[in-house]
Amino acid sequence: MATPTRTTESGPALRRSAFRRSRGDGPFRFASTGAGVVLLAIMAAIGLFLVVKAVPALQANTSHFLTELTWQPNATKPVFGIGALAFGTVLSSLLALLIATPVAVGVALFISHYAPRRLASALGYVVDLLAAVPSVVYGLWGVTFLVPFMLGPSTFLNDYFGWIPLFSGESIVGKSMLTASLVLAIMILPIIAAISREVFLQAPKMQEEAALALGATRWEMIRTAVLPFGRPGVISAAMLGLGRAMGETIAVALIFPATFKISFQILGPYGNSIAANIANGFGEATEVGRGALIASGLVLFLITLLVNMAARFIIARRKEYARAAA
Amino acid sequence: MTVQTGIQPISATRRAKDRLVQALVYLAFALAVIPLVSVLWLVVKNGAGRFDMEFFTHSMRNIGARDAGGGAYHAIIGTLEQVLLASLIAVPIGLLTAVYLVEYGEGGRLSRIISFFVDVMTGVPSVVSGLFVLAFWILVLGMSFSGFAGALALSILMMPVVVRATEEMLRLVPRELREASYALGVPKWRTIVKVVLPTALPGIVTGVMLAVARVAGETAPLLLTVFVTDSINNDPFNGPQMGLPLYVFNQTILPTDVAVDRAWTGALTLILIVMLLNLVARLITWWRSPARRR
Amino acid sequence: MAKQIEVAGLDAYYGSHKAIEGISMTIEPRSVTAFIGPSGCGKSTFLRTLNRMHEVIPGARVEGKVRLEDQDLYGPEIDPVSVRRTIGMVFQRPNPFPTMSIYDNVAAGLRLNGRVSRSQLDGIVEDSLKGANLWNEVKDRLARPGAGLSGGQQQRLCIARAIAVRPQVLLMDEPCSALDPISTLAIEDLISKLKQDYTIVIVTHNMQQAARVSDRTAFFNLAAQGQPGKLVEMDETSKIFTNPAEKATEDYITGRFG
Ligand SMILES: Nc1ncnc2c1ncn2[C@@H]1O[C@H](COP(=O)(O)OP(=O)(O)OP(=O)(O)O)[C@@H](O)[C@H]1O
Ligand SMILES: [Mg+2]
Repeated sequence: MATPTRTTESGPALRRSAFRRSRGDGPFRFASTGAGVVLLAIMAAIGLFLVVKAVPALQANTSHFLTELTWQPNATKPVFGIGALAFGTVLSSLLALLIATPVAVGVALFISHYAPRRLASALGYVVDLLAAVPSVVYGLWGVTFLVPFMLGPSTFLNDYFGWIPLFSGESIVGKSMLTASLVLAIMILPIIAAISREVFLQAPKMQEEAALALGATRWEMIRTAVLPFGRPGVISAAMLGLGRAMGETIAVALIFPATFKISFQILGPYGNSIAANIANGFGEATEVGRGALIASGLVLFLITLLVNMAARFIIARRKEYARAAA
Repeated sequence: MTVQTGIQPISATRRAKDRLVQALVYLAFALAVIPLVSVLWLVVKNGAGRFDMEFFTHSMRNIGARDAGGGAYHAIIGTLEQVLLASLIAVPIGLLTAVYLVEYGEGGRLSRIISFFVDVMTGVPSVVSGLFVLAFWILVLGMSFSGFAGALALSILMMPVVVRATEEMLRLVPRELREASYALGVPKWRTIVKVVLPTALPGIVTGVMLAVARVAGETAPLLLTVFVTDSINNDPFNGPQMGLPLYVFNQTILPTDVAVDRAWTGALTLILIVMLLNLVARLITWWRSPARRR
Repeated sequence: MAKQIEVAGLDAYYGSHKAIEGISMTIEPRSVTAFIGPSGCGKSTFLRTLNRMHEVIPGARVEGKVRLEDQDLYGPEIDPVSVRRTIGMVFQRPNPFPTMSIYDNVAAGLRLNGRVSRSQLDGIVEDSLKGANLWNEVKDRLARPGAGLSGGQQQRLCIARAIAVRPQVLLMDEPCSALDPISTLAIEDLISKLKQDYTIVIVTHNMQQAARVSDRTAFFNLAAQGQPGKLVEMDETSKIFTNPAEKATEDYITGRFG
């Protein structure tokens, strides 16, 4: 492939030196630069104003914000902390990632290397449709259909695999960490599948043919020529999915039982997340309560920022790798 | 050294592994489609019941959780206004930022910083954009909860999508086209406005529509910024307004069947709007550039 | 272990487009057969039908017979995977696996076929690299990435990779066209050496190369653009280049067209 057309016009030197610039150029250049700066200002403002409104609430807090589990910022003596919420956010997102990634990679391979060519792009569109369903619809589907449905499989898991700590516990419910993670998995599957599909499609045909010419089966060809090439792309896709899962709000707000307890029993009536707590707690929040929610949002912002930056970093490295290999 | 004679069939294990992986890959696709089918089926089945005239012409004013009837007129109006306002804010900023990145940035420091923060912005959780507008617009500036506040939050989510879509399209415009225009003595800005942007327009429109489709279904930012109302409020700048996703959320958490029925119909309407936007966006791409796709 | 290939009445299609038509020939064991002809006449297509790589392309199919000694390559019970294992291929552009070391590249095909002990593998890798005249250049850096070699070295690495699985036939599609003259000479030397053990088929646009390395030469041509390519004639290389039976062959090799 040709190198991306980085638009270094050969023109500027000539146009700038010999002739005056057209009168419209200044304002237009100014406007487009200005738009970019506005965008930067918005990002800075997001950080700034979250901090500004979080600080008074954090000062009113009578407990330690990072380690406290309970969330009672509306009380006369506010007590609140991010502990249980952060735990729930991370656990549910990791579970979602664990469920979604293998399926997404399978879907991506299906579309890039298994499905009949004529159907492939149409089938890819079907998977993209999953991403187009609004999260509140997944929430509605989750509470009305998936929650009661999951009671059966959850009881089964508990009966036969209860010896695994994750599946242990006395009370088994539909509104559990597992159900929430499952909904999250469905929601992040399309993005992981779409990015993986793109990198698998870009796997060099030359190496695929080399593998086939050595007498590799289709799977062996994929293992030798496609997966090693696509691995960094899949990893960063998974990270982007993780970031999405952590920030997802409404669907899980409807499903989580909204407890403030740290428990690994994913079939039990436990579970909450920072984002879900913001949606559920905003209605009756007082001044301090809102500040507390904003503080928790700030933490969420920082976590997702780190995850996303890690993902981008991997993508960026991958480009260099591809260039080195070319 | 073993000398082979003729074509040896490959080992059964290798064949079996190949078949197994093939089965797993097909299974993965089936697994991905099941939830989609389930969601769409239930939304259509449960949403059809209240998909009636009253739903599209009435608000929820004076209708309690137990009462049948009522509609989402106020929410649909709200969503349309909010999304329109959000686009009016996000599209110019996003478009111009992309123009800066492609045409003026020249890979300089500022353009790399902006590009980096566009990526960061893509990852901002929607609830955080709502919290930001709450903190800045409502709590610090003292403005009221309003449709416009919701539009602000939505525009933050739209901007990076518009920037990336536009940027990608602008980079596809061949350099020769720009140079042909320069060679005629057309200044750079007119080249961009008259030659580059029109060439990239279908792609940009597609990107904008996908961005609109994405934010039209957002609930969390609205929850924190437009507040909630059961009445019609046509003025997005004054007082609480409803939004369709928020309406679905609100009816879902009510404990009665009639409310949940309204939620399903709201969901059906929302999906129809979002899918329609998606479909139109894809049709534009497909219609304008059949060859560009592999 | 070299074997004879016999082709009878072979047609190959890309979707509805017929790329080659009615090709019949015999390819002798332990010799080099060169395919020459103008661009687009179907040399690559034909070559790829010989180890069933043609059908890897979506919509592509083949009619007719190809026999390796007594086996029909397109027989119903024959698995294309095992055909490719027996009939190896070297491509126009060197294509080592970029994520693998030099050693792993050579071992890649062997590893597919179940367990091979490390010492056995070491031996075969060394033999293959020696066979490809590359051993002396890389023996100290077997663990380094294969993509770090020069183009000519990469191509010899690909040849080593292809012969490591002990095929009976080696197909080469313009193996030198991406290489400099020195690397080209190295590969030509290698081909002359390999023909003692393998049946070799090479596609080339370079007349001198065909004359230098091949024992027999086949000339392909097409009547007009859009028409399927056909085999015009096939004979001893010396005969083709000095006294061809067909006028078209003479015109082509003397540079009057193509
Ligand atoms: N993947 C493909 N899909 C469709 N048609 C193809 C494909 N590959 C080749 N063809 C067509 O088949 C015909 C023969 O092509 P082929 O590549 O075999 O020619 P060639 O003799 O190897 O040419 P060259 O000397 O340029 O390599 C050509 O008309 C070509 O357009
Ligand atoms: Mg060719």
